[in-house]
Amino acid sequence: MAPVDAPWEEKMMTFLTRRTALLAAATCAATLGLTAIAEAQTSIKIGYAISRTGPNTGGAAVTTIPNYELWVKEVNAAGGIKLGDKRVPIEVVQYDDRSNAEEAVRALERLINQDKVDFILPPWGTGLNLAVGPTLNREGYPHLAATAVTDRAPELAKRWPNSFWLLGTSADAAKSLVELLNKLRDEKKIGDTVAMVSIADGFGIDLSSAARPALTNAKFKLAYDKSYPIGTQDLAPIVNEIKALNPDVFIAFSYPPDTLALTEQSRIAGLNPKVFYTGVGTAFPLYKQKFGKNTEGVMGIGGWSGDSPAIKDYLARHKAAANGAEPDRWASAVTYASLQMLQQAIERVGKIDRAAVIMDLQTGTFDTVIGKVKLENNMPTRYWWVGQWQDGEFYGIAPAKNEGARAAIVPKPAWVAP
Amino acid sequence: MSARIAGFGATALAALALLALVPRLGNAYYLALAISLLQYTVLATAWGMFSGPTRYVSLATTAFFGVGAYTVAVLGEILPWPLVLLTAAALGAIVAGIVGLSTLRLSGVYFVIFTFGLTELIRQLVVWFEVNKSRVLGRYVFVNITQADIYWQLLVLTAAVFLLGWLIARSRLGFALRVIGEDETVAKHCGINTTFAKVALFTISATVMTLVGAIMAPRWTYIEPSIAFNSMISFQVLIMALLGGAHRLWGPVLGAVPLTLLFELLSARFPNTFTIILGCIFLLIVYMLPRGVAGLFEKLSTTAGGKPTQRVAA
Repeated sequence: MAPVDAPWEEKMMTFLTRRTALLAAATCAATLGLTAIAEAQTSIKIGYAISRTGPNTGGAAVTTIPNYELWVKEVNAAGGIKLGDKRVPIEVVQYDDRSNAEEAVRALERLINQDKVDFILPPWGTGLNLAVGPTLNREGYPHLAATAVTDRAPELAKRWPNSFWLLGTSADAAKSLVELLNKLRDEKKIGDTVAMVSIADGFGIDLSSAARPALTNAKFKLAYDKSYPIGTQDLAPIVNEIKALNPDVFIAFSYPPDTLALTEQSRIAGLNPKVFYTGVGTAFPLYKQKFGKNTEGVMGIGGWSGDSPAIKDYLARHKAAANGAEPDRWASAVTYASLQMLQQAIERVGKIDRAAVIMDLQTGTFDTVIGKVKLENNMPTRYWWVGQWQDGEFYGIAPAKNEGARAAIVPKPAWVAP
Repeated sequence: MSARIAGFGATALAALALLALVPRLGNAYYLALAISLLQYTVLATAWGMFSGPTRYVSLATTAFFGVGAYTVAVLGEILPWPLVLLTAAALGAIVAGIVGLSTLRLSGVYFVIFTFGLTELIRQLVVWFEVNKSRVLGRYVFVNITQADIYWQLLVLTAAVFLLGWLIARSRLGFALRVIGEDETVAKHCGINTTFAKVALFTISATVMTLVGAIMAPRWTYIEPSIAFNSMISFQVLIMALLGGAHRLWGPVLGAVPLTLLFELLSARFPNTFTIILGCIFLLIVYMLPRGVAGLFEKLSTTAGGKPTQRVAA
């Protein structure tokens, strides 16, 4: 303010010059700001920390890393992500979280505060996605968890509105499986004896504790229900015991190593129930490589619409980009779809505005390889829960109401000599 | 002497006050790094407190750290936070007491193997319980604790550990332990209750480790046995303490700080060759600094002003 005792003209002058100066300063700042923004937008920085070493490596190497790399390559080949009326390429910053929760959290904090990335892609697996949840929420980054299955997903989505749980809940997985069995029994294709084994780890426990009451309520006879510790080498005793019980349905909520071991052992022992279902790993390309013709009729968790042109095209592109390696038939396509969703959300917003991108992810409809996706309460409305190997492809068969669901082949054909 | 102690105390307090301001920097990355530094400082110092004077190499750090983390996973949402920490400390002390009484008669490599097995044993017990009794594996920790809170708690614990270590070193217990470290048989003949001394110190050191696990747990939201009982922690702490020099109270810090920074630098700059570079660095450390950084300092100060010995320069 000008001095009170100054003459009127002087006051006016001071006011004017001040206002002019202010205006000039504001214009300058705006111009500078604009240039700064224009400069910052020569690329979009996308960061991720992924397990390149440690126990999560296998899962990350099959499901997550190839899709991140494929997506970045494709987007950049097309000129980048469209911001307003121009395209800006993606610049990647990536770290190894060494399959360690503490490391994953710290790597994300480094990405956010040091590398100042615009967006972050999530790590692989349920545990690590939960570990990084609070950080991404606090910093306001969208969190598209495409490889986490947790029963608390709906609650987490409420707690962290920036998080999206694209792979669903294990309770849902068990429910879909039991519904399928129920239908098969109504069609007189199977009886009601079920043998169930589960791995004594997060996945096995969650699914078996959801499946147990569902099976009992549906009046199935649970003839065998045991768990085995993680890292069990010899599964022959379990398979032989189950074979003696001659069940109609064999369910294994297993992890990749034991999924392979149980299948191999069942083939050797001749355990060939009408429904043969194994857990994580059944949908892996490795499973097909290892068992070839013997995969026919094997059911497992996951699946995709193998007949859809979008999926066929995705499979071809993935193979071309990853030296012939195929994606798994469960979380891979979902992971790729999550990246398409992120890209579409950014392009619709038209600038790096994470809050707006989160809002768009919550409310928008997305065109992806797994079809049209519209989230409700930050979760998709449809999942593939049971898949079956049919003629060398792992097709989704349940929930049956899903578009592209194939009919189940029951009973499972006999094992053949490899 | 007492003036020197007072001066040292004042410096320590000033340093503490300064360190307490780190969260004010407002950079979450530096805060995370500081948390990591404090975590390993406390763990390595607690490790050195027991293993330094007694020369028992323990790989049980993970076991106690995990017990602390799991206590938070189970009780975090039920009890108020100070009670959770108290319970964790009590549990750690009880486990350490039992383990100490039953194993500290072992010596040498047998003790190393046992402590390594202990981690696996506790982890399998937790898994067994969760699988067969509670039927959940993987628990969620939703407590109202910010990163700054974690940092401050660790800072207080760091101060407490140093104070405790300093007091013990000046006490009869500390003296007894040094005698045991030199020659246990002689110590027995001198009338020292060696079992009591060892178990007491093992318990103190383990309680501190358990507290670190409990304080760190809210950082991860989700805890399962493989996260809480990650045996890498045991090895990292061991290496840090050895690099720093476990025979001095302040030795392990000299290892914990540079190694934590080195891990950070390597994982930031060489994410894909991290393990290879790390292995080479460990080899260098073992060959060039057999008595740790603390040993190097001592050597330098004894050859006052002289050149470092050839071994160090090599």
